[in-house]
Amino acid sequence: MSEHEYVPKSKAAKWFNDRLPLLTLGAHLTDYPTPKNLNYWWTFGGILTFCLITQIVTGIVLAMHYVAHADLAFASVEHIMRDVNYGWLIRYIHSNGASMFFLAVYIHIFRSLFYGSYKSPREVIWIIGLMIYLLMMAAAFMGYVLPWGQMSFWGATVITNLFSAIPLVGDSITTWLWGAYSVDNPTLNRFFSLHYLIPFLILGLVVLHIWALHVPGNNNPVGIDIKKPSKDTVPFHPYITVKDAFALLVFMIIFAGFVFFTPNVLGHSDNYIPANPLVTPAHIVPEWYLLPFYAILRSVPDKLGGVILMFSAIFILFVLPWLDTSKVRSAVFRPIYRQFFWILVIDVLMLGYVGAMPAEGIYLVLARVGTIYYFLHFIVVMPVVGYLEKTDPIPMSISEPVLTGGSEPSLARKVNDKV
Amino acid sequence: MIKSNIKLLVLSFLLLISLRPLQSAEMVDPIKVDWSFKGLTGTFDRASLQRGFQVYKEVCASCHSMQYLSYRNLGEPGGPEFSEQEVKAIAASFEIEDGPDSQGEMFTRPGKPSDKFKSPYPNVQAATAANGGAYPPDMSVLVKARKGGANYIYSVLVGYEDPPPGVTLDDGVYYNKYMAGNKIKMPNNLMDGLVEYADGTESTVDQMAKDVTTFLAWAAEPELEERHKTGVKVIIYLVLLTILVYLSMKKIWSRIDSEV
Repeated sequence: MSEHEYVPKSKAAKWFNDRLPLLTLGAHLTDYPTPKNLNYWWTFGGILTFCLITQIVTGIVLAMHYVAHADLAFASVEHIMRDVNYGWLIRYIHSNGASMFFLAVYIHIFRSLFYGSYKSPREVIWIIGLMIYLLMMAAAFMGYVLPWGQMSFWGATVITNLFSAIPLVGDSITTWLWGAYSVDNPTLNRFFSLHYLIPFLILGLVVLHIWALHVPGNNNPVGIDIKKPSKDTVPFHPYITVKDAFALLVFMIIFAGFVFFTPNVLGHSDNYIPANPLVTPAHIVPEWYLLPFYAILRSVPDKLGGVILMFSAIFILFVLPWLDTSKVRSAVFRPIYRQFFWILVIDVLMLGYVGAMPAEGIYLVLARVGTIYYFLHFIVVMPVVGYLEKTDPIPMSISEPVLTGGSEPSLARKVNDKV
Repeated sequence: MIKSNIKLLVLSFLLLISLRPLQSAEMVDPIKVDWSFKGLTGTFDRASLQRGFQVYKEVCASCHSMQYLSYRNLGEPGGPEFSEQEVKAIAASFEIEDGPDSQGEMFTRPGKPSDKFKSPYPNVQAATAANGGAYPPDMSVLVKARKGGANYIYSVLVGYEDPPPGVTLDDGVYYNKYMAGNKIKMPNNLMDGLVEYADGTESTVDQMAKDVTTFLAWAAEPELEERHKTGVKVIIYLVLLTILVYLSMKKIWSRIDSEV
């Protein structure tokens, strides 16, 4: 999909590029034709890359001082906070960084849902993205266990116990996961090992995610196919790089606000109590970014049923490109679907909220209603609305209506307002 | 379109949040204290930290450990900032077990600033057994380990009351307005005039509770002052850089016929 052949300027560069075309790759990345109408919701890809690198760099430094042992882990975290130079800063960046990572990934996913970025020909990008999201959840969960506080220990106990719901072999699998007969030192050790491994798997998948993106090119707010390169596109550098940099800086200001002024607000105070297998906390809650799934899990009275439903809530997203029957990508031109999209957003926020509350009374009712709607949205609403909906007229290209101003300028205006 | 949807979103979220009080009706909210270390530029009151250390040393330390603190921390910037001599004297007032020596024997010696705070009991079991089956928690990160933080700790310290009629308490259990479940195994240890403050401040229960809570807040977050100071600088830097990058972006995008 290279638009013009890259020719190295010097002989040495040509010699190297003939053997490993890194310079060609670099030229492709800077020239990469990008739709010029991308809005700020599109800047979260770059922000997520920043988040991943931040987590890896701070994580490597933390691992130099952390001790993965049930008797020493909590104390080693306090050692990092008190005795390691800027240890408090590195740890707070890492712990808040996880939350910022998820904040960004949720915006990124919902952007994709709104503008139909998961639809043909971008299904593989979407599926790789979901794999990244799954690995992120695994990494975040295991990372939360490492400080070996009360929520670490009991969160690990609750989540690993889910596997015991599997018929016949459930208990054996759970024991195998633990490496012991309860969450204990072997569990902590393997979680640390996996927590260090997963980010690099994510990094590999990110490369594939971007590679797959560069085949069809970016979707855009109008959701139409565009010719590349054309007057509808701009080269990635400097146009998109500077815009991404601006958005990233705004994001970093919010990030810094958490790190420096309320570093513990997103965590749970119980995790500053050392793990104690004999004392169960009053309410065991996961980190905020896992709460919607926790609500789904607890909305079912049957353990196995809850586990199946929770995993289904994630895996249903993998078939989303085939559940959506609409020929139009962007919700900008889908008046009915657009309403349902916002209902889904509210539904997921509500599930997150009730996930933090005790599973009783009104919260349990809300969790059940929310869970049912969540699945209805994907299984019923998306296919049916796709068939029945009368979509708004779609412009021929991004710039044409604006430039010609002849045929239907009002339409182009309308699109801009909505976006 | 999107704007009105976002409005709907915010409204429904506010509605959800307003359901919250239903859940925690039986708990009394902790007293809100206007701590000097709150806010974006909050710092600790040095004199209060020093008095708080005195309360800790003379009252709390007989049961509660603070195993993650070292005596040297008492002289570090952002903390009580005792002088080097004072820190050495404080450390030396404790007998610390060390060893084994070249004969394989353990021995005791006066404490050094690099030593960790001496714990009142050798282990959790001993502490539990000596306190009627309730382990007095280590106080190093206590303020971060309780919902409500400093306000909660202060409230519990001043929240002892006679039990309301109908509530019977076992031996060694006390009634506290702010404690979860209202029952606490720690007796009310603070009474007016209990410690004699070196700086002449009157040692009322309220004063001692505030001072020791301030001390515990520092112990839990010894980096707080540096964090606040660095944070202000970082944010100013980021805002300036953001403005510059925004202007660059506007300039670069002005070359083409598209809004940014």
